[in-house]
Amino acid sequence: MRAANKAATAAARQAKVDERGRRRNAARKARRLMEKKADSMPVVELRGPKQERVVDAELVDPSPHGGLVEVFQQRYLLRLIVTRQLAQMYAASLLGLLWSYIQPALRFVVYFAVFGIILRTHDSTPNFALHLFTGMVFVHYFTETWSGGTHSIWNNRTLVLKMRVPREIFPVASMVVAAYHTGPQVLILGIACALLGWHFTLVGLAAGALGMAILICFSMALSLTFSALNVFFKDFQNIVSTFTQFLHFLVPMMYSYSYIARMGQDHPWAYQLYFADPLAEAVMLMQRLFWAPTLKPSQYAHEFPPDLWERGFIMLAVCAVMLVLAQRFFSRLEGKFPERL
Amino acid sequence: MASESIVVDHVSKDFTMQYHRTLKQMAVATIRGLPLKEHFRAVNDVSFTVEQGESIGLMGLNGSGKSTLLKLINGVMRPDEGRILTRGRIAGLIATGAGFHPQLSGRDNLYLNGAILGMSEPEIKRKFDEIVDFADIGKFLDTPVSHYSSGMFARLGFAIAIHVDADIFLADEVLAVGDKPFKKKCMAKMQEIRQQGTTIFYVSHASSSVRAMCDRVLVLESGHLNFDGDVEQGIHYLQYDDDEETKEALADGELGADV
Repeated sequence: MRAANKAATAAARQAKVDERGRRRNAARKARRLMEKKADSMPVVELRGPKQERVVDAELVDPSPHGGLVEVFQQRYLLRLIVTRQLAQMYAASLLGLLWSYIQPALRFVVYFAVFGIILRTHDSTPNFALHLFTGMVFVHYFTETWSGGTHSIWNNRTLVLKMRVPREIFPVASMVVAAYHTGPQVLILGIACALLGWHFTLVGLAAGALGMAILICFSMALSLTFSALNVFFKDFQNIVSTFTQFLHFLVPMMYSYSYIARMGQDHPWAYQLYFADPLAEAVMLMQRLFWAPTLKPSQYAHEFPPDLWERGFIMLAVCAVMLVLAQRFFSRLEGKFPERL
Repeated sequence: MASESIVVDHVSKDFTMQYHRTLKQMAVATIRGLPLKEHFRAVNDVSFTVEQGESIGLMGLNGSGKSTLLKLINGVMRPDEGRILTRGRIAGLIATGAGFHPQLSGRDNLYLNGAILGMSEPEIKRKFDEIVDFADIGKFLDTPVSHYSSGMFARLGFAIAIHVDADIFLADEVLAVGDKPFKKKCMAKMQEIRQQGTTIFYVSHASSSVRAMCDRVLVLESGHLNFDGDVEQGIHYLQYDDDEETKEALADGELGADV
């Protein structure tokens, strides 16, 4: 007991000596710094009396708290950040923006050749090219939002570290960039539809709106979550890029819904699993808008699940909840960003 | 109407230092009994209040937590404990040209940086010429900033921040990059906004310019706020002019000079 006390006193004394030493060192450093730097900045005196400035604002926490809402209040900043990301993407590239069309175009040609011509999906699915292209456009939008969003915080770390911006702005900017790339593809899709005898239906429009809402909520939820995770572990960007490679096969675009329905008769659980994916649901809703109206109702009657709409609304609700949770998750992790970047 | 501009209330900020990033490294470290991570308190229980229009000199050695405190006030970081409140618009110059993108031209960067600092589009357009004029980058305005010299970089960054018409202006030691005439121009401009009643937070080691610029000095030492008060006393405090220590230090100084 006494020995322990003795040791404790000794330790305390040692700590005191250390503390004094540290202080002396600090003092020495400070003096040297002061001598060296004393006149490093020019001296300019204040001229004239000081005015009083009345600030008509409340005392608030300076860090941004508004999350996604704040991002949409600062649309001008969002626009500039999107421009910045585009400039970054196409820096030192001869073909620039064209690259985001060459890859999808080539992929379309390959898929069409393999599935449409070799495997003859073309016979069982009328206007197969349109069926395929609709799926590809929106899967492309989804994957670009997701993977772009995942990289976004890391890629903009200089801004995240030094400037006060709502950080959700970077994943949102990736979504806008993806939309910017997908826009012209949608235009091409529209022209193709028009050539194949597309006509306007309210049902189609509603399906398109629902599909788009699901896509936006789902991709935003994923990109918020993964952008935050990717700050901590770079593994996540590899997980995303691995996963996006087979997304094309997990939605009904190279094959039509009826193939999945047939599989569902033997393996009901596989069917449920397949349609638990919001992306598959969204793609079918988009096909309802673009592909179905180019056909006669009897031709596409069996190409959509009977509960397309019920599933759609449930999926939208699920995705909205996911988005809210993703926002909360992001806000919780964001405080640790500066030290991990 | 005297009002608080910045309230810092028992603020602490911890950093976690992660030593090992891959699973393999972590496994090896665990087997050897090395720590996986360590906490480090950069700002420790700091409290003070600043009135609108006060000009504060923030001093301390490198690594004493000055930049962290500035980032907390700017809102880039959030405190782990305590709270910070600010009133009005803050223009921070934590690092010049932090938001600059090398591939974008000076003009585009000016717009982007202005918007990040909270300026609206018409406001930037209105002040555009004034900013370009102050930055003195002339024909380089439309060149990508990656071709800029570090001086030009700093000039543009400072010019944008100082023209924000902020209620609180934070200046880190970024001015150290510029040349003498530009530094002088910056100090004159800072005096100008000080005169307009802007709250200023000025981080510097240069005691003579702190003397001219500030009404009050805060001294941070390894995260603790150890001095808060008059400028002369603050500078005196930082020099640790106690008699016995000075003698000791002089003796040490000769030895330590070439260390």
